[in-house]
Amino acid sequence: MDTTLLIAAAIKIGVFIGITLSFVSICVIFERRFSAIIQDRVGPNRTMVPLSILGFKKDFALPIGGLTQPVADGLKFILKEDFTPAYVRKFFFWLAPALVVVPALLTMAVVPFGSPMQIGESWIPMAVADLNVGPLFVFAIASLSVYGITLAGWASNSKYPFFGGVRSCAQMISYEIALGLSIIPVLMMFGDLNLGHIVEYQAANGWLLLPMWGEGWTLERWLMLLPLGIAFVVFTTSIFAETNRMPFDLPECETELVGGYHTEYSSMKFALFFMGEYAAMVVGSAIIVTLFFGGWSIGFGLDGMLPIGAWWVSLLHIGCFLTKVTVFILFFILVRWTVPRFRYDQLMTLGWVVFFELALINVFLAALILAFPAIGWGGFIGGFIALVIVSFLLIKIAKGASTTTREYGAV
Amino acid sequence: MATIKVQRPKLSAGEKIYFGAIFKGMVITLRHAFRSLVGKSVGAKELNSTGVGITMQYPEQKWDEELPEYYRGTPALVTNEEDREKCVSCQLCEFICPPKAIKITPGEIPTDDEWAKVEKRPKAFDIDMIRCIYCGMCEEVCPEEAIFLRPDYVVTGTTRKEMVHDKDRLYEIGGKRVGLVNKWNDLK
Ligand code: SF4
Ligand code: SF4
Repeated sequence: MDTTLLIAAAIKIGVFIGITLSFVSICVIFERRFSAIIQDRVGPNRTMVPLSILGFKKDFALPIGGLTQPVADGLKFILKEDFTPAYVRKFFFWLAPALVVVPALLTMAVVPFGSPMQIGESWIPMAVADLNVGPLFVFAIASLSVYGITLAGWASNSKYPFFGGVRSCAQMISYEIALGLSIIPVLMMFGDLNLGHIVEYQAANGWLLLPMWGEGWTLERWLMLLPLGIAFVVFTTSIFAETNRMPFDLPECETELVGGYHTEYSSMKFALFFMGEYAAMVVGSAIIVTLFFGGWSIGFGLDGMLPIGAWWVSLLHIGCFLTKVTVFILFFILVRWTVPRFRYDQLMTLGWVVFFELALINVFLAALILAFPAIGWGGFIGGFIALVIVSFLLIKIAKGASTTTREYGAV
Repeated sequence: MATIKVQRPKLSAGEKIYFGAIFKGMVITLRHAFRSLVGKSVGAKELNSTGVGITMQYPEQKWDEELPEYYRGTPALVTNEEDREKCVSCQLCEFICPPKAIKITPGEIPTDDEWAKVEKRPKAFDIDMIRCIYCGMCEEVCPEEAIFLRPDYVVTGTTRKEMVHDKDRLYEIGGKRVGLVNKWNDLK
């Protein structure tokens, strides 16, 4: 390994973690301002740079509409008293917040931020780790954060956090199945698990959900839009559930559980949970963008015209990627302030009865379409009929299961 | 106890899929967001806001003209038409004040004064505006109609001392009140 790569890796780690963390604070200000204008309010719009506490005469009002609010929020969290109740299990109580933040930040390592940059002889991929098992790594690490929340609930040694922890445990494990199954069609389509290659393919041949250039104009790609659309819906919804965002934020639902798993936490420990939630949201948006909306590619065949490898092209692509992620974050926020919270049994029914089956059928549907050139019309129609029959039976069983839950109450 | 069975409404297939409802909801929330951004929120004009939502940007914009005459802001002392302090320092308000915000030092009116027959007036009259809860009890209880809750509400200060309104300040806020009880005048 030559030194250029090592230095580049160190720089990339610093920069990308910096980007993710600053996105977390951007998320917070977006969340507050966007929810405010949705509700016909103003939101925090006049936070200043408090020069007066540094000994200057006047506070300095930047005309930036309260963009310094996250700084003030952060400072507040750091300066608050860090109170640890006497009855908690100390070790796990301290461990839990870290277990929430670290996985969220770790998953960012495989996301390609931009097109590879050429420095001297070596090509430097714009991802911290250009793994060949990108999506699997993301799922493996992201599912670790359930330990953080569950441990927080358990270690707090108090009822409401415990309920929150249990709920989140069940919820995240249920939705992980739908999450994993739903992207199988996507991976079958690419035939590759390297996120960098996936994005390069999309840059050349049309984004997954927008096959409009390169080799995108084939019947197969347009037929694939159906299973891919289903995959997108299931995946996005499962990401909402995984990140404990609004329609599925039962682990911390204020009306029932005070604060849920973080009720007993204060100060910076609480801030870590807060950051973990938003970092998970940023990573979720990044993954969705990478898989379905072409990652860093500008699209419409424009990437092919740029001299890939030049530093400014890489930066341009990073900008493009971050713009897309921002749009998705805004979408996350919009959903949070639009959709009311689900009931817990509805959540479980949606996960196990609807999404699990849907994702499963979807895998075979995608396989059928992809196999069409090999099996011909006969195989296609036979397979299709078999799939319809199996899906029908599956739906029947699922319906039976869901009525049982409705009659006997949520389990 | 009679049991009432409630039938859940039957949903059509479109309603069961749920996406239509989410989409409609998003259109509504986005419309609100957009209206807020261009300053056309419903009610923005009636509430006289800057337009970002229906919120009024407080220190720059105020609603003072709209305040009703009976608005219960800071309590203040008043004088009558002839500039006589109406308060006779009976200390009823001091006793009634729930958070004990009022402190009165009564004083005698000298015999050579025009209003000697009133006998007493406050030497010092302090209302601690940190304690005051704007309940209006003092106004209610005053037999002389000498203390009123005025429509001023901006009471700020950087020290505790600044927040205590003394007699001069109270008369300055209260000003002159005409056409009320004129117990001590010849008019009566
Ligand atoms: S308004 Fe109420 S609290 Fe304030 S001074 Fe009068 S009696 Fe006391
Ligand atoms: S303000 Fe009224 S109640 Fe209070 S001491 Fe003066 S006369 Fe009495």
